[in-house]
Amino acid sequence: MNNPNKKRLRRTMMFLNAQKPGLIKDPYIYKPDSIMLDLEDAVAENQKDAARFSLYHALKTINYRGCERVVRINGLDSPYWKEDIRCSVAGGCDSIRIPKTESAQDVKLVEREIAYAEKEFGRPEGSVLIMAAVESARGVMKALDICESSERLFGIALSGGDYTKDLQTHITGTGIELMGARQNLVIAARAAGVQCFDTVYTDLDNMEGFRQDVETIHLMGFDGKSIINHLVIIHPAGIIQVCISSDPLSSKQLIDQMISVFICLTDLGDNIIRHGNLLRIQRCLYSNLITTGKRCKEKVGFTNGIK
Amino acid sequence: MDIVRPAIAGTLESSDCQVTVEKGEGNVDFSMESSVINQYGNQIRKVELETLKNLGVSDVKLTIVDKGALDCTIKARIEAAVYRSVLQTEHLPWGGDIR
Repeated sequence: MNNPNKKRLRRTMMFLNAQKPGLIKDPYIYKPDSIMLDLEDAVAENQKDAARFSLYHALKTINYRGCERVVRINGLDSPYWKEDIRCSVAGGCDSIRIPKTESAQDVKLVEREIAYAEKEFGRPEGSVLIMAAVESARGVMKALDICESSERLFGIALSGGDYTKDLQTHITGTGIELMGARQNLVIAARAAGVQCFDTVYTDLDNMEGFRQDVETIHLMGFDGKSIINHLVIIHPAGIIQVCISSDPLSSKQLIDQMISVFICLTDLGDNIIRHGNLLRIQRCLYSNLITTGKRCKEKVGFTNGIK
Repeated sequence: MDIVRPAIAGTLESSDCQVTVEKGEGNVDFSMESSVINQYGNQIRKVELETLKNLGVSDVKLTIVDKGALDCTIKARIEAAVYRSVLQTEHLPWGGDIR
């Protein structure tokens, strides 16, 4: 099995509720590396069935312009996950994200169902990849087993909310409560030669905290970070922050990417992006572009409101 | 496929639509409410007929309250309502009747 997408670039993975048409119709404008269409926690218990139809047609018809399309299925302790896999594979998803992974066995179960679905819907064997989310103390301790459980597994991700609950603490914003788990996961992932992704940053009003968080996980060796879309307004800034922190050299490609995000945002106007946020993005872009000189300044036209 | 009991799917949020299906009187009875009915009424109707045909539903009273949904959303909501009316949530014909 040799899937060229296994090692692709994944700095940002944007969470989207698969049941909300308004969210899933155009997330590619923010240019995350991956989008994650959620059938699990974001979807109410009585909408699990409807979410699948919405997911299937989104996968079939919407052009996500190169974003990797990951589907988060329901937990293996729920009655939904097998049909979730059939639906996702039939729709043509790139990867499946397993929530609450605690053992290699969990991954193997999902792998088996994916293989059945690939056969049923005529997709090439091995075309669907897997990522495992670790959300418990047990999962963290079994990280290496999980990383080595399947050829299809491209990486593991920490899910901070549930993990800290299991640990009997909570998200503090300092990262202290996540230290051990982050370290353990990234070491396990590197030992197994797979990627490793950090949890979401939930304090949406604290951009400086977010920047530091991204900086920390980047230095620790993480490949990328999950970002949320419950509030659309915060995302674009989030992506830019992640891009900047992941690549201090500000390559041409990166700058171009940021500029196009910025231009998209400006076009969208006040409906989606609060003025304050826009200024914050401008400032953030500016401080990073200043080193790359006139070209970018001219391209974006930074004269307005920026000191 | 027969509509067994009344069922509803979708919401009234922007970009979504709410679809209600009930047992019909021997034919497809369709009613629509949409703020873009003048621009997209015919297209919505076309998607609706095509989706019902794929599902093999010919006896139904269907109501759509559209809030600017894309075709793929309209399809998804109709299918969700129809499969809810027969209480089927597993072994669905992805890529077959659902397409």
